[in-house]
Amino acid sequence: MATIVGAATALSASKSFDSRKLHLPSRGSLSVSERKGSFLVVRSDGSVVHKAHRAQKLITNAVATKADSSAASTASKPGHELLLFEALREGLEEEMDRDPTVCVMGEDVGHYGGSYKVTKGLATKYGDLRVLDTPIAENSFTGMGIGAAMTGLRPIVEGMNMGFLLLAFNQISNNCGMLHYTSGGQFKIPIVIRGPGGVGRQLGAEHSQRLESYFQSIPGIQMVACSTPYNAKGLMKAAIRSENPVILFEHVLLYNLKERIPDEEYVCSLEEAEMVRPGEHVTILTYSRMRYHVMQAAKTLVNKGYDPEVIDIRSLKPFDLHTIGNSVKKTHRVLIVEECMRTGGIGASLTAAITENFNDYLDAPIICLSSQDVPTPYAGTLEEWTVVQPAQIVTAVEQLCQ
Amino acid sequence: MALCMRKSPKLINLLKYRMGLFDMITPCFWNSTSSHHQEFPVKAPIAHNLGNPDKDLSVKTTLFSACRFKSTKPEKQLNSLNDADDNKVLDFPGGKVRFSPKMTFISESPEERTQCYRVLDDNGQLILGSNLVQVGEELAVKMYTDMITLQTMDTLFYEAQRQGRISFYLTTIGEEAINIATAAALTADDHVFPQYREPGVLLWRGFTLQEFANQCFVNKADHGKGRQMPVHYGSNKHNYFTVSSTIATQLPHAVGAAYALKMDRKDACAVTYFGDGGSSEGDFHAALNFAAVLEAPVIFICRNNGWAISTPTSDQFRSDGVVVRGSAYGVQSIRVDGNDALAIYGAVHAARKMAITEHRPILIEALTYRVGHHSTSDDSTKYRPVDEIEWWKWARDPVTRFRKWIESKYWWSSEAESEFRSSVRQQLLHAIQVAEKAEKPPVADIFTDVYDVPPSNLHEQEKLLRETIRRHPRDYPSDVPA
Repeated sequence: MATIVGAATALSASKSFDSRKLHLPSRGSLSVSERKGSFLVVRSDGSVVHKAHRAQKLITNAVATKADSSAASTASKPGHELLLFEALREGLEEEMDRDPTVCVMGEDVGHYGGSYKVTKGLATKYGDLRVLDTPIAENSFTGMGIGAAMTGLRPIVEGMNMGFLLLAFNQISNNCGMLHYTSGGQFKIPIVIRGPGGVGRQLGAEHSQRLESYFQSIPGIQMVACSTPYNAKGLMKAAIRSENPVILFEHVLLYNLKERIPDEEYVCSLEEAEMVRPGEHVTILTYSRMRYHVMQAAKTLVNKGYDPEVIDIRSLKPFDLHTIGNSVKKTHRVLIVEECMRTGGIGASLTAAITENFNDYLDAPIICLSSQDVPTPYAGTLEEWTVVQPAQIVTAVEQLCQ
Repeated sequence: MALCMRKSPKLINLLKYRMGLFDMITPCFWNSTSSHHQEFPVKAPIAHNLGNPDKDLSVKTTLFSACRFKSTKPEKQLNSLNDADDNKVLDFPGGKVRFSPKMTFISESPEERTQCYRVLDDNGQLILGSNLVQVGEELAVKMYTDMITLQTMDTLFYEAQRQGRISFYLTTIGEEAINIATAAALTADDHVFPQYREPGVLLWRGFTLQEFANQCFVNKADHGKGRQMPVHYGSNKHNYFTVSSTIATQLPHAVGAAYALKMDRKDACAVTYFGDGGSSEGDFHAALNFAAVLEAPVIFICRNNGWAISTPTSDQFRSDGVVVRGSAYGVQSIRVDGNDALAIYGAVHAARKMAITEHRPILIEALTYRVGHHSTSDDSTKYRPVDEIEWWKWARDPVTRFRKWIESKYWWSSEAESEFRSSVRQQLLHAIQVAEKAEKPPVADIFTDVYDVPPSNLHEQEKLLRETIRRHPRDYPSDVPA
């Protein structure tokens, strides 16, 4: 579940009050003093006594693939249940109510309600001008959003599919990320660029792009990826309130995830990672849809006696090295599971960042599981094998923990 | 700031339901400023939302299309077709259109090129029968003196680059009239999105010679904090958005700004400049299209100066210049003599009024000639004849032409000319001296403003850089404060 563990970096002042207190050890206890040595990882044969005991204790708290465990919700008010795309809409609507300069633009976002229904009903409520349907020219409506942002509005630009925003790369790189800097701070660009990306179900190569790998190098922008209805709403709100340009990555296959989220207002931090499942043996870093594959693998791993710590990094630029670092210092083994291609993906950068900063704490080389460097094939079976599957994750953990 | 639109939609929704869903005289809440859209077609074709799972599809799409097709002009025009002609009309999405059994192709170029609006002849005399906007003495003299200032600034800074004192410069020689006259016709509230050959607009608005010099010489006082190339000015105080080197990317920005102004109902418009080359970029087409669909108050000013670095317009497009493209996107357009300051002033003045009161974009193509090289990195004599350049420089100079006009009105004299020229030259030389001697931007400015607050990785990188500088001071410029 969403948790704001750890101090925020200085980037933005976010009001992240988390009403769901979790049954997790506090930050303090997970610190450097827990340097292990005593737990050697087990094989599937004997000597698993206290391991199994530990593992058993944690199964009850293990987060299922669908983020609706009972443990967290009993801690606060009942809240309300909704799907991820509705959570995004709720966040959007709340911000549009709160601030009249917030507006939406994109293809078919108006009366059609958006291809994934994230903006459904908003045009009727706020008018055609505030929820604007644009002609098909991604570069140009992104540019339009940038111009509007520089003139005092807070636009949210929706790419129908993230891949289409490749057309907007020029505006995003040369103007969006740059103009605050090159103008000497005179013009700011509080824009949010969002859209669904990632590999879906047989959408074809052009509609299965992972744009986070291409955008991660652009200075001046922030990137976040949501994975649950809770963090989707929180990140949407935080992104809108941020003074920096933020790219919010959603995933095509996660829009129908259901979860119970709090009734009261909350905002997630844009620069923090989410502790999904604390553990002791290995740190698994992931984001977006791969989080669910990892959690599925975690179930298997727990049955086999492993105790993985799963972190949803959420903040793709900049990385939350504080949370990640503390985890590495505790477990000394890192597995990165991503959907990006092998070359130049988020995993590649993360591997470099961890190696640079926490090399001394690593007991084994970092393993990074990514998609192959191929365009995503259409055929269902082939497509499945370009995406990292839980079985691969289990094997990797076993390999790492030898 | 933007008005809160919460109340009006509710009220209108209420009205809608009271008056019955099929009553077509319910206005759309966003289109309150267009007074000429009083009626709209009852039988608007419904071709959208075929996959819409909504139950009340027919109701919603009728309302939807009612709002959607409200502002389609051709539809409105053909409403006046009488019933007898009904069997000669087809109604596809987009409106009714007459059919014809004769196969005719529209010609790729008109028989006659679009005419060019000008009011002053080559000798600075008013052409008989011209309709123009009056310009008083004070305004005219300011326009002229700013043109001289621009010319002098260009000459001196260009020379400074040649002497190695600045790294880069590009001049506006030959286009002074466009720069100054357009600026004169706008107000300080209008948002300007320049390409890079429009420093005159900033000059008109009050950017000082010292500020220009600071930017070119890249010192600590530069508003851009030393981050952009020379000539890439920007000043939020003067509503002049920082120049970005990429061509035509500012056009959609201007549309976005116009959208913001429209939402806020401000008495101002967005103005953007680009060259003949810039009109080939995708952003040009989309921006014009958007502006037309949005009904945004934006003025697109094309400085068609004949050359895009070494590419002449004959290699850039095959249309009759840029002005004809306006009608392709549903944008009113005009072609103006770009070397005639009065004509430019008049056209922009009229365009601005139209843009703001009628909420529409306007395209202005100003024909002119790029007398200077593209920039200091270019030698245009390599691809065009020297005598062509010389002819435009001396015989068709816009500044001289305007001077002849103001002199004929006894608002200027040759004494005033020499006095002003030497004064402005002195001021510029002084500004250059001051700028050159001033402190350079500090190392800290490499890392600020990337975000609103520097994140930890940038703090780290700054520390690393400072350490490196400390360890190897001789490898780094000594005049940059650390």
